[in-house]
Parts: sequence; structure tokens; C-alpha cells
Amino acid sequence: MADKIRIKNLCKTFVEKSGETKVLDNISLDVKENEFLVLLGPGQCGKTVLLNILAGLDTPTSGTINYIKGNENGKEDIKEMKMGEIGMVFQKYALFPWKTVIENVEMSQKLKGIDKEQRRKSARNYIKLVGLENFEDSYPKQLSGGMKQRVGIARAYASESDILLMDEPFGALDAQTRYQMGEEILKMWRKDKRTVIFVTNNIEEAIYLGDRIILLSGCPATVKAEYIPKLERPRDYMALEFLQLRKEIADNTDLAL
Amino acid sequence: MQTRKYDITNIILSVCGLATFFLIWHLSISLGLISERTMAKPGEVVSTFIAKLSEVQPDGDTIQNHFLTSFQLSLYGFIAAIVIGTPLGLLMGWYKAIEYFANPIFEIVRPIPPIAWIPIIILLLGIGMPAKAFIIFVSAFVPCVINSYVGVKLTNPVLINVAKTFGASNWHIFKTICIPSAIPMVFAGFRISLGAAWSTLVAAELLASTSGLGYMIQMGRTLIRPDIIIVGMLTIGFTGALMAFVLNRFESKIAPWRAKK
Repeated sequence: MADKIRIKNLCKTFVEKSGETKVLDNISLDVKENEFLVLLGPGQCGKTVLLNILAGLDTPTSGTINYIKGNENGKEDIKEMKMGEIGMVFQKYALFPWKTVIENVEMSQKLKGIDKEQRRKSARNYIKLVGLENFEDSYPKQLSGGMKQRVGIARAYASESDILLMDEPFGALDAQTRYQMGEEILKMWRKDKRTVIFVTNNIEEAIYLGDRIILLSGCPATVKAEYIPKLERPRDYMALEFLQLRKEIADNTDLAL
Repeated sequence: MQTRKYDITNIILSVCGLATFFLIWHLSISLGLISERTMAKPGEVVSTFIAKLSEVQPDGDTIQNHFLTSFQLSLYGFIAAIVIGTPLGLLMGWYKAIEYFANPIFEIVRPIPPIAWIPIIILLLGIGMPAKAFIIFVSAFVPCVINSYVGVKLTNPVLINVAKTFGASNWHIFKTICIPSAIPMVFAGFRISLGAAWSTLVAAELLASTSGLGYMIQMGRTLIRPDIIIVGMLTIGFTGALMAFVLNRFESKIAPWRAKK
């Protein structure tokens, strides 16, 4: 598979009056087109900072990120990513409480000036993809946690960008819903393939979802190891290989403080 | 069904509260705890109110006319405060340059009680309608600005980030994210403003005037007519409560997402 994103020697240091905090240390990794990449790391190790930099919400202290937009005749088309070209699913739903489900989902297209009929049609499609077709006109506060995050996912999909960043999207959900959403997100991704970068601190979730798992170390975050689960989907949480990989990763993970 | 039952219980409790209040009021006079010369019984207040609907004496005008004068006055001041204060507060909350420009002036003006403005306003504008409306404006303006400003400042930064990932411009973020999310605070500010406008009203009308509820209360004191004073006070009270109610209705109209399920 062709590369989609190339991250080289990325560093991020926050400078405050009390001193400097290094959160990302020399991170280099490639993201393949249409792969489901999981960034796994303990607690506060800068995963969100990394995603924010990828999304353009923050700037790196040093290092480069290249987005490969296309590949024609072996010649790569490398471009600067502009804001509005990446879809992001946020940790705590981050829905606009004053907008209904469909208004939330169509927001990015509305900002791009796409006319109402067209963006409504596309929003309905994505709402259907996440299975919320009967809740188009509900307000976020009327939805359960799992449903809210489905809206968040539909909204990221509706930005029509081929890269989706997901920042611990299931972190705020209860365990049961979390398993269910894991299944659902793979279903969506199979139906509508995009390059997904999924951040989590849950080893099981990482193995269940990822084409590839990048294990990050504690603060400052560095790339510690890479795992490619050779397991058929849907993966069985209780399969021997699953449990072995789980143990291997757990033994290699830094303790979250 | 359950909630309905609670609703009825709540209404009964509220009615009992009011009844207790009026009963204590009535008893404290009829038992002689308070002299009848300095305080009117609730019944007398009601009959004075009804009489004042058509009676001009002894304070020069009917209650409706007094009410209209005051209502108009406070409405002018209140609306001017909303129209000028809210946009100013919102912009101060989002644009750093406006914040640094306006905040120091505002911080100095803010602690000055509205009544302290009265002498200088009399010198500047005299004692007519504009002077009184201006005092009300000053008192209602401050909460409008503060609440709009804080409302924008309290916008969830994650929502701003969401809009940024959509490629929204700074102005767009202000318009589509910060303003809607500030609405609850803005309306809380309106309610405080309304209260401030009404409470300054009496002070403004005590200045010098020939009609208005404040004037009526003042005349009641001069003529030793406690019933007239209390009619004036209660009219202010009821109108304030009614306006707050209308404001709440208006809020749930323009902010339907906040309505209870």
C-alpha cells in the first residue's frame, strides 16, 4: 500500500514559566493509505498532542509531516494539508449542543459552502452509516453516550476527507458500549474506507481494531514498538494469539503515572 | 403521571408560601404589632390598587399612567443596554484587541453604583426623561457586557477546535460557535440587567418627576399613605417577575436545545 502520511523526526516541547516539558521526542512513522492505524500509549503521553499536530490544531517544535495526496505514474503528489481537509473524532463527543444531529453532521460541508440540498443528502447518508437515521432532528443532550459518539464519527466522515483522526473516541463510554462501538467502527470503515489514525490507551481495543499498532512510550512519547496483529477479523478477544499479543504488548508498555 | 403529580404539589406549595406571607402581613397589623398608621393591610392595598385604576388623587395620576411612564423609561434604558452592551461584551470576549482596548475603561466604570451617576447626569442632561433613561441604561449595561464577555470566554475550547478542523475562519468560529454557546450566559445577564433596571427606576424617579411608580411611592411617603407606597412597590415586583417570565420564554424560543426533555 502507498504511504498516505509521512512523519519525520517530530518533536514538541511546551515552554512555560515553570520550565519546559517535552511531550513528543523524535517521532517518525508512516501511515499507509486506507489502513487502520492504532496509536497505543499510556496515560498522558502526548497522543492527543500528536493528533492535534496532524490535524493542524497545534504546530510541532521541529520535524515534518508530509501528506501524500496522490500517486501518479510513480510520482508522488506531496502537499501541505489545509485546515478543513482532515476529519477528527474527539474524546468527549464535542458535539455542538445547539445543533441537531443532522446539523452537526452537515456542519463541515456547510462551512465549505455546499448547498443545502446536497449537504443534507450526504449528511443523511453518513447518519445512516452510523445507524442513527431516526434521530436526525434530536439534540445531542437527548442521546446516550454511544449515540453521541456515533454522531461524532458521522460528522468526521461527512467532512469527506480521506484521513480520519480519532482521539480516544470510546474513552468516555462504558465497557459494554465500548466493545459494541469497536465492532461498529470496523463495519463503517469496511463500507467506506479511509485512512484512520485511532488513538487509545486500551490494549485490547488496539488489538481488536488495528491493522498496525504503534506503541508509544511514556512522557516524552517516542515510538517504542510496532505490532501487526495477524488475526482474522472479526477478532476473537479470547483467542490464544490475541491473548499472547496482549501479554507481549502489556509487558512492553510503560506504566502510566 | 408521576411528574404531573409533582407539578401539582409544587403549585400548592407555592400558593401556600404566598398565602403565609400575606397572612403574616395581615396578622402583624391586625394584632397591633405594627401601627396601622405606618403600614397598610393586604386588603387595603388591593382596594387602593382597584381605586387607583380610575382615581387620580392624591398623587396626581392613575396607576396605569404611572406604570406606563416607568415601564417606558426602564424599557428604553434596558433595550439600549442590551443593544449596545451585548455586542460589546461578545466582541470583547473573542477579539483580544477589543478586550485590551475596552476592558480598562470598563473595569473602572463597573464598580461605580448607578445611583452615583445621578448628580453628574442631572448636571449634564437635566431631570427629564433622557436623564432617567440614561441612569437605567448605566445600571443595565454592566451585567449585559460582563455576561456576554464571560459567556464567550467560557466557550468549550474543544468545540472551537472542531470548527477549526472544518476550516472555519476566525469570524465564523465567533459567529457559529462562540455566540450560540454564550447564549445561556447572555440571557442570565439580561435577567440581572432587568432587575438592575427596575431597582434603579425608583432611584431615578425619586430625582424629580411628576409621574411614574417611583414618584407615586415618594408621594405616598409625603402624604403618609402606606397603602399607596405598597401598591407602587408590588406593581414593580409583579412587573419585574412578569418580564423575567417573558424573557425565559423568549430564551427557550431562540435556544430550543436547552429546553427540558
